[in-house]
Amino acid sequence: MLATLLGWLLKQSFNTQPWIADEVSDTAHHGPLGGSSNTRLIALMTLLAVVTSFFALIFSAYALRMELGDWVPLTEPQLLWTNTGMLILASLTFQWTRNGAVKGLTSRLKPGLIVTGVLTAGFIVGQWVAWQQLQANGQLITSNPSNAFFYFLTGAHAVHILGGMYVWARATTRVMLGTAEVGAIRRSIELCTIYWHFLLLVWLILFGLLLST
Amino acid sequence: MSYVAIADRDHEQEHHDPQTFITKYIWSQDHKVIAVQYGITAVFVGLIALGLSAMMRLQLGFPDQFSFINPENYYQFITMHGMIMVIYLLTALFLGGFGNYLIPLQCGARDMVFPYLNMLSYWVYLLSVIILLISFFVPGGSTGAGWTLYPPQAIMQGTPGTDWGILLMLASLGVFIVAFTMGGLNYVTTVLQARCKGMTLMRMPLSVWGIFIATILGLLAFPALLVSAIMMLFDKTLMTSFFMPAISSMGADPGYTGGSPILFQHLFWFFGHPEVYIVALPAFGIVSDLLSTHARKNIFGYRMMVWAIIAIGGLSFVVWAHHMYVSGMNPYFGFFFATTTLIIAVPTAIKVYNWVLTLWEGNIHLRVPMLFAIGFIFTFIHGGLTGLFLGNVTIDLPLSDTYFVVAHFHMVMGVSPVLVVFGAIYHWWPKITGKMYNETLGKWHFWMTFLGTYAIYLPMHYLGFAGVPRRYFAMGNTEFLPDSAQDLNAAITISALFVALTQILFFINVFWSLRKGPKADPNPWDATTLEWQTPDTPPKHGNWGHDLPECHRWAYDYSVPGYEDDFIPQNVPADKAPAGRDHGEGH
Repeated sequence: MLATLLGWLLKQSFNTQPWIADEVSDTAHHGPLGGSSNTRLIALMTLLAVVTSFFALIFSAYALRMELGDWVPLTEPQLLWTNTGMLILASLTFQWTRNGAVKGLTSRLKPGLIVTGVLTAGFIVGQWVAWQQLQANGQLITSNPSNAFFYFLTGAHAVHILGGMYVWARATTRVMLGTAEVGAIRRSIELCTIYWHFLLLVWLILFGLLLST
Repeated sequence: MSYVAIADRDHEQEHHDPQTFITKYIWSQDHKVIAVQYGITAVFVGLIALGLSAMMRLQLGFPDQFSFINPENYYQFITMHGMIMVIYLLTALFLGGFGNYLIPLQCGARDMVFPYLNMLSYWVYLLSVIILLISFFVPGGSTGAGWTLYPPQAIMQGTPGTDWGILLMLASLGVFIVAFTMGGLNYVTTVLQARCKGMTLMRMPLSVWGIFIATILGLLAFPALLVSAIMMLFDKTLMTSFFMPAISSMGADPGYTGGSPILFQHLFWFFGHPEVYIVALPAFGIVSDLLSTHARKNIFGYRMMVWAIIAIGGLSFVVWAHHMYVSGMNPYFGFFFATTTLIIAVPTAIKVYNWVLTLWEGNIHLRVPMLFAIGFIFTFIHGGLTGLFLGNVTIDLPLSDTYFVVAHFHMVMGVSPVLVVFGAIYHWWPKITGKMYNETLGKWHFWMTFLGTYAIYLPMHYLGFAGVPRRYFAMGNTEFLPDSAQDLNAAITISALFVALTQILFFINVFWSLRKGPKADPNPWDATTLEWQTPDTPPKHGNWGHDLPECHRWAYDYSVPGYEDDFIPQNVPADKAPAGRDHGEGH
């Protein structure tokens, strides 16, 4: 990601002669990157970079803390596999909805959004049940640092999903009430889909880390 | 939240202007108003932090003379002074204040791309400030853990403010980070997406470059502070052991097991070092523009300056452990971080040389902003050179806990950025308010501040060499220190109080200018950048009247040979400025 950014910056600056007036061909690069309709996409990508940094830092802290003597590996509840399945399905249905929206198949919007929402809510509920199971087994947040990290990581991930659900709920409400302008709703769904895929990726890495340690 | 990208809009602007006082000045979505709100709030907390430093200096200069300063609140003063100055003043002022004001104007945009989010960013920042200030008044007072909040002492009994102060501190930081992220998304997206026609990246003024790269640093580094704040909050409230080792406190076992305080230090400094450059890079950018404008010369080596900013930004993520030499580390680890630290000196030195070369044979106008900019070069070189000392492990170890370090970081990231803040305020004041200030008063303000701060920090280097420990409430009967160390401390305190009082001149000037200041020329410094070419001064909501500007040249066309005027604004086309007679095309 950083390499892309750096390459792009190089392309913008290498061999340019900024001190020469009016030497810029208008088609090359004035102003916006690929038009102003990409503004929200760029904002979302920037946000994803921030979230990536956030989770990467927790993962590093996890790896460092694991090395210390008092670490007892946690046996993850089997329910997490079900939850993972639901999150994958949610991503797939969102992609299906998005493809429909892009092709103009508006009939897909309502069922697609609702199924996605149910699956994602199912994931959240499943995570909460997994927490309850652990608690019932006496695996409290204070029992061991591996537990503390488990609760922290899954909780942080769930909070990000809930943030996405807020945007999903806004889009869905507008679709249900029929107040949505088609282009606006399409863009909203496109961005949501990216966010869902991203959080699925974070979850898969997170889950892999939990399983492997 | 329905975002309206008003940068995209062109003609319908006038119909959407907010009419009432409240929508215009309180719940405003205008980047200029938000910038001023950020600025006023940051300066307000900054004054509190200045007051706290005066209290610390009173104790250090005249130990035990003041009954209202005891060891507990001395540590609270240190902590809050550091935290406020670094985060709530400098970060907020450079990015929230100048970032908000300058990015849209210098890029030729009507506003930030997400004005609503921008407004929200300010109000959340204000909330974080309020939470911070509340912590002064809770039982036990604010936290006294030092601005680095190192565990275990930050949350153990015996440190001031472990009941409520530390909780509010961590909460306030979390809220601040949310505010910063909302603002930062805006700044990055606006720079990338809302530049006017012809404003290529390599035509942007260096102010925008500095703010842009600093924002990216902030977006990637602040999560480290957020992670460490959340984990410490868990250690404090839920009794987890992320950072807390098995420890006994006052004879009792609080119940922690083998956590790692060093882990906190890594996370904290992974944020903390980029933070230095989050404050420094905007200052670098702004000072470049001030020097170029007031020396009537193009900035020396523009492309080098841009790449130096980017290189410094990148390197700032791989030097964090140089703050941790004294924590003990593998010698190879220390070697690595010492090397990267010294490598940062290369792009930084390039910048310093280029500033000096910009002044070389320039037509220097020693106006107030220029004085501050040149003052910055002095203090920055000074603080930077001591940084080269401290970057080496063997030199850092004996000096790390002395006043040498206090002198170093105050010179490099206290005095230097603050001089730029003042320079920038004096520079853009006529545009922000439409009024001029008193030049003589401004010059007095500069000289007293500049010489005064030298009188504070230069002697501190010697105190450090002599071995005077920092963070101590009182030195007591220390055998190895001569009595003159105490005399020097008293002199430093007098200088510090003098400099603090001197700032009154600035506020007198501000209020005089607002009430009675003469109307400012739209472009009093004959500057080239777009913000000086707006149709109104101060610019109205939407900035550019009917049509967006077009950019035809870089920001540094000063004293171009063959032209009558010694500057050509960025919006003047190449064929419209022959011999400079009708340069007013852009007005």
